[in-house]
Amino acid sequence: MGLQSHQREKLVHAIFLVVGASGIIILLLIFLFLIREGLPVFEVVSVVDFIFGTQWYPTYDPADYGILALIVGSLCVVGLSSLIAVPLGICTAIYLAEIAHPRVRAVLKPVVELIEGLPTVVIGFFGMVVMAPFLQRTLDLNTGLNIFNASLMLAFMAVPTIASISEDAIYSVPGHVKEGSMALGATHWETISRVILPASLAGISTAVVLGIARAIGETMVVLMVAGGAAMIPESVFDPVRPMPASIAAEMGEAPYQSHHYHALFAIALVLFVFTFVFNMIASWLSEKHKQVGEANL
Amino acid sequence: MTEQAKFQIKNLNFYYGDFRALEDINLELQQKQVSALIGPSGCGKSSFLRCLNRMNDLIPAARAEGEILLEGQDIYSPSIDVVNLRRRVGMVFQKPNPFPKTVFDNVAYGLRVNGIRDKRLLREKVEWNLKQAALWEEIKDRLNQSALGLSGGQQQRLCIARALAVEPEVLLMDEPASALDPIATQKIEDLIHELKKEYTIIIVTHNMQQAARVSDITAFFYMGRLIETGDTETLFTRPGLQQTEDYITGRFG
Repeated sequence: MGLQSHQREKLVHAIFLVVGASGIIILLLIFLFLIREGLPVFEVVSVVDFIFGTQWYPTYDPADYGILALIVGSLCVVGLSSLIAVPLGICTAIYLAEIAHPRVRAVLKPVVELIEGLPTVVIGFFGMVVMAPFLQRTLDLNTGLNIFNASLMLAFMAVPTIASISEDAIYSVPGHVKEGSMALGATHWETISRVILPASLAGISTAVVLGIARAIGETMVVLMVAGGAAMIPESVFDPVRPMPASIAAEMGEAPYQSHHYHALFAIALVLFVFTFVFNMIASWLSEKHKQVGEANL
Repeated sequence: MTEQAKFQIKNLNFYYGDFRALEDINLELQQKQVSALIGPSGCGKSSFLRCLNRMNDLIPAARAEGEILLEGQDIYSPSIDVVNLRRRVGMVFQKPNPFPKTVFDNVAYGLRVNGIRDKRLLREKVEWNLKQAALWEEIKDRLNQSALGLSGGQQQRLCIARALAVEPEVLLMDEPASALDPIATQKIEDLIHELKKEYTIIIVTHNMQQAARVSDITAFFYMGRLIETGDTETLFTRPGLQQTEDYITGRFG
């Protein structure tokens, strides 16, 4: 062909640049779009009133655009589900990587990854028709659609993510490091807790971040089982209306370019900031615990 | 018979699944001596070494038959506590394997696992063991840095310090210098000479000059069998068997 090899190199570089950059540019455009559609709501409500206002009555006249109840709803659901999912996920990973017989592992690992791929609407459906009536009956509640139920379902969703990525991290700790510990007369548990887990901390924190990030942004499950009440909860058995659920439920009925419409975009912006800050903290944490690679001989 | 041998190995057979890696090994290893195990790759010398502290237990489908007596006590008997055995019989591996922790925490690891919490005592013992391993002067200012930043030779001496810290009676060394340059190797060999005064050392090596330099007795393994054993000088100068002579003169292996 007519192309010289260095021209071909340049062409390949250019193609990768365009393809790689387009992803980032599209994300940036989405962010700009969020800002453009979200900011106009602050013509009718101040930033402080928006974030700290407890009244969310976007369709009343005059309307109230306070989203504190939605933020608290999100935080409760994500916090409680993390409390359940993180220990469960990490313990599952330890079991799979260190304790399970190789044959058991060969079966269970794909199963865990299969559950990870379960459509969230299925999980939401399960929470709605099985878990909610069960909770309502056994605990004698007004409604089974509440923080507790939503947290369980979100945890159910996050555990496989956390378990499978943590397992990769734990499994990849070199065998000779583990042997070094055992040869010093450490028990298997001492080896796991003092050598293997610290060595795989960076991978485990990535797993936790991805798992929780999934839970923060998850819409379908919280829409179906969190109960949908825009109020500040007093117990874990109160219904809440997390931010993604609010956006999904109301976007269809908010008139285009209305204040309500802009308010929903502003919520999306807040959600974006939350995930962004969360990811920053997480990558800072994993950077801090990162351990220097193998030594050069 | 004079003193009781530290290790007495009687009719040891060792298998990986159906493969017999060691056949009818009979050997005695004396206290406060350096014993070298030599032989070509795959001859079973490392498998043998790893039987002595039951590290082979970690390999699924590996099993040992026969008796290994440590001061008269069979280490494969059900009443033996493997954790305790490994504290008495320490090990240094072929590839330096420090933990991804600080230099200090590497040496303190075995102490902490043994329940030592007192900070001053830990400091004292870490310093003492690093001195034992001839590493203290080089790294006393880097105790709080990651052990992974040390050179290979320093890492290996750190691993020796780490093994010494739990105060073992026997030190098993699996080709401890094979990944190191000549200067680092020299340091390890000098160290072995020093440590011999206190510990029983059993070293696997590929390097026959090394075996000749550091050991008191040498055992030659070939194809899973113990071919010949004797004091190092005799074995290297007047080997009893043709096979041994062929190997040590470099005609095969």
